[in-house]
Amino acid sequence: MARVLVGVKRVIDYAVKIRVKPDHSGVVTDGVKHSMNPFCEIAVEEAVRLKEKKVIKEVVAVSCGPQQVQETIRTALAMGADRGIHVEVSGKDYEALGPLQVSKILAALAKKEEAKMVILGKQAIDDDCNQTGQMTAALLDWPQGTFASEVAVEGDTVKVVREIDGGLETIKINLPAVVTADLRLNTPRYATLPNIMKAKKKKIAKVKPADLGVDLTSRVEVLRVDEPPQRQAGGSGTGVESEECTDTQEGLCLGDGPNQGGPVSHGDWDKPEPEPGPEPLCVCDPAPPVSTESEQWDTVL
Amino acid sequence: MFLRKVSQRPALYGSVLRLSPALSGGQRQVGATVALQNARYYASPAAEVVLEKPVVGSDTAIKAGAEKKPLMLESKSFAVNMFKGQINTAQVFPFPSVMNEEQTEFLRELVGPVSKFFDEVNDAMENDNLEKVEDSTMEGLKEMGAFGLQVPVDFGGLGLTNTQYARLVEIVGMHDLGVGITLGAHQSIGFKGILLFGNKAQKEKYLPKLATGETIAAFCLTEAGSGSDAASIKTTAVRSPCGQYFTLNGGKIWISNGGLAEIFTVFAKTPVKDEKTGQMKDKITAFIVEKSFGGVTHGPPEKKMGIKASNTAEVHFDSVRVPADCVLGEVGGGFKVAMNILNNGRFGMAAALSGTMKGVIVKAIDHAANRTQFGNKIHNYGAIQEKIARMAMLHYVTESLAYMISGNMDSGASEFQIEAAISKIFASEAAWTVTDECIQIMGGMGFMKDTGVERVMRDLRIFRIFEGTNDILRLFVALNGFQSAGSQLKTLQKALSNPLGNAGLLAGEISKRAKRKAGLGTGLTLQGTVHPELSESGELAVKAIEEFGAVIEDLLLKHGKRIIDEQFVLKRVADSAIDLYAMVAVLSRASRSLSQGLPSAQHEKMLCETWCIEAHQRITHDIKALRSSSSKQLFKNLRAISTAVVENGGVVSPHPLGF
Repeated sequence: MARVLVGVKRVIDYAVKIRVKPDHSGVVTDGVKHSMNPFCEIAVEEAVRLKEKKVIKEVVAVSCGPQQVQETIRTALAMGADRGIHVEVSGKDYEALGPLQVSKILAALAKKEEAKMVILGKQAIDDDCNQTGQMTAALLDWPQGTFASEVAVEGDTVKVVREIDGGLETIKINLPAVVTADLRLNTPRYATLPNIMKAKKKKIAKVKPADLGVDLTSRVEVLRVDEPPQRQAGGSGTGVESEECTDTQEGLCLGDGPNQGGPVSHGDWDKPEPEPGPEPLCVCDPAPPVSTESEQWDTVL
Repeated sequence: MFLRKVSQRPALYGSVLRLSPALSGGQRQVGATVALQNARYYASPAAEVVLEKPVVGSDTAIKAGAEKKPLMLESKSFAVNMFKGQINTAQVFPFPSVMNEEQTEFLRELVGPVSKFFDEVNDAMENDNLEKVEDSTMEGLKEMGAFGLQVPVDFGGLGLTNTQYARLVEIVGMHDLGVGITLGAHQSIGFKGILLFGNKAQKEKYLPKLATGETIAAFCLTEAGSGSDAASIKTTAVRSPCGQYFTLNGGKIWISNGGLAEIFTVFAKTPVKDEKTGQMKDKITAFIVEKSFGGVTHGPPEKKMGIKASNTAEVHFDSVRVPADCVLGEVGGGFKVAMNILNNGRFGMAAALSGTMKGVIVKAIDHAANRTQFGNKIHNYGAIQEKIARMAMLHYVTESLAYMISGNMDSGASEFQIEAAISKIFASEAAWTVTDECIQIMGGMGFMKDTGVERVMRDLRIFRIFEGTNDILRLFVALNGFQSAGSQLKTLQKALSNPLGNAGLLAGEISKRAKRKAGLGTGLTLQGTVHPELSESGELAVKAIEEFGAVIEDLLLKHGKRIIDEQFVLKRVADSAIDLYAMVAVLSRASRSLSQGLPSAQHEKMLCETWCIEAHQRITHDIKALRSSSSKQLFKNLRAISTAVVENGGVVSPHPLGF
């Protein structure tokens, strides 16, 4: 097999605190740090590993957007992709660019490049759509292996271990196919500085959606973007209230441990589970209480 | 212990200022001028490390000096000119912007992965505990390319400019100064000599392996008996009768990477024949020494207060046969090599420490914004607000200095030694203050090891000591400045011997002095240079430069060449010089932000104005002290107190309880 197409999306960096524009038309992106969508990094890594295993010959990284997305393509090239395709989309078109439009582009490119596999991240951390892979497979009428935590190419088929609710599902699909990467598929490598330098010599082709025969018209209109509701400060209750609270499912007992982890490692995951104290502490609000660590020091000092 | 022998060795600076010979005029005067200019390059850094007295006055030196002459007379260095009471904006306005689009783009791509590496892979606390950089991290750094940032691409490095380098070491400084020293000792000083002075063969032989970190480099200057006074090194290199090699003997101490390095830049004394007198004189020569030459050994890693992750060790050379091919630069030219290496590396320290400050400021404000006491978040209290504001200002100044100097260096400036020394002094002291205040804001939390700021504090302490102590660098700044001012005065004196031929020059100077005496402005201005919104701050800077230039001239006339012994005076002169240059750096940067209409422009304007008001006050205060007779008494007292305490072997006063 010859070629793998990898989609790489430029998103606001996961560490950035997102701010909504005053006119509620979207979020502030000017002067904000952007980087490659973490799931796309995993997709690139998987493609590069397939190449290193000599299962495939070429990795092509694709990104749709304005000039800046070339930075994201460069990152993919530094990680080991062989060449890039920059699909030029800007202005209003870029603002309205959704999974359907990107799928159309990717499907057209997959055909044009005669790709044997399209590897994408399962979703992007900005819009959390989780649709592009599925739509691309549908448009191409290819099989799909989504939420992959293991990918093994076996002849003309690919074995994909999928992360599903409560366990894993192993499927075998025919190539060509679309695969989307889940968090545990691999640990992406760092783009080293010498490789970044070498990547400067790799080529990035520029393509316009019209050249691919893709119409970018969107049927989705964003009416309003709002900040999530402000979290209220928590309070502590008695043990009895704690039980009630759990029963009514109105809040989250700290004792339950964090289980709301998003797709990417969020800060919450790093926090140790609180020790169950003599008096169970309950927060009758989804917000965890403000850390009491510093207050505790007062009693010590 | 780092500042030694300076006051006892007035001859050390003898060549720095030679005013009196110049007064006699005629042929000799020209010679003295040349010698003095030459001294700029060779002798004046004596204040910091070394002086090779014979250089001044030798034929070659005069030739070298003559070549430098035009450069010297029309210095573009802002710092050099401010000592003459002049303003030269060439290097400072507009704020240097030296990267082309491609360089900017490349750097932008590098910043992400480097930050990520330090966020996710490097564990500063673990490195500190282990007292070494974790092996896996070390490997990662090598793969990353972090050991060859400025090695040319042809030799396997990244070929970064100084500005690009500064941006990356800023990230290192933000996360782990121990790793910073490991990387810095390697490339900022360890093999910088090969980059700057190596011949083609040396570069081809050593740089590729150094760039990948396959071999590590170290810089060996300091000895047990020779710290700030590097001229007193005892390590010797004696040329074999056949001339094919040198035999190196001696011991170096406190060598960063000493226990890891394969390649050493070693400074040793070699007997060199003086062409004039035919006598043999010991002069310093720089060598590239490979561990594999044999006879190179190192001691155990030193136990240190900070930067524990970096390796520091003694390195001994026992009859090491060093091929003559390994001489770096010229035989006997080692002093110049050492000077240039150090001068070229200082901006990096300022850049790294601006990163350190940025990091601890985030920790401090995170605490201040979330900690409640007396019913309010503590950032609402003035006591905390003043700290945070000052921390932000110190960071802004340091960052401006670092990138102004790296920009100047990238645009080919050759005279930046005063500026580079200022940036090292300022950055190391600012970072110390900012980190100290961060701990203060955090209170008990800041004192806890797990918070991670105490490590930064320990790591930072050495920055005021190594690569030229701040005390020595202050003398360096002041003496370098006096030297330029002195040469200007001499030109004037020369002009006076032929008043008609130099009427224009004299008229200008006379009216300048007359206006100054009368309390009028001397016509200096930064109007049209600084952004109109900053004109008030600009005027403060101009006023300060006028006052500063005047006091420098007065001090020169008063002390003559004896100024070199007036360290109480020199310290205050240097303090003012530092404040002045810092004022200009922020004026330039804030002006740029205002003209570009950055969202942060008004904030930067405030940082700049606040800094300028206080810096001007400090300068005025220092200048007043330098002019007043009471300060003479003050210095006398300080000297007497110190002498008494030293004689007594401790404080003199008896315990208030009598026992």
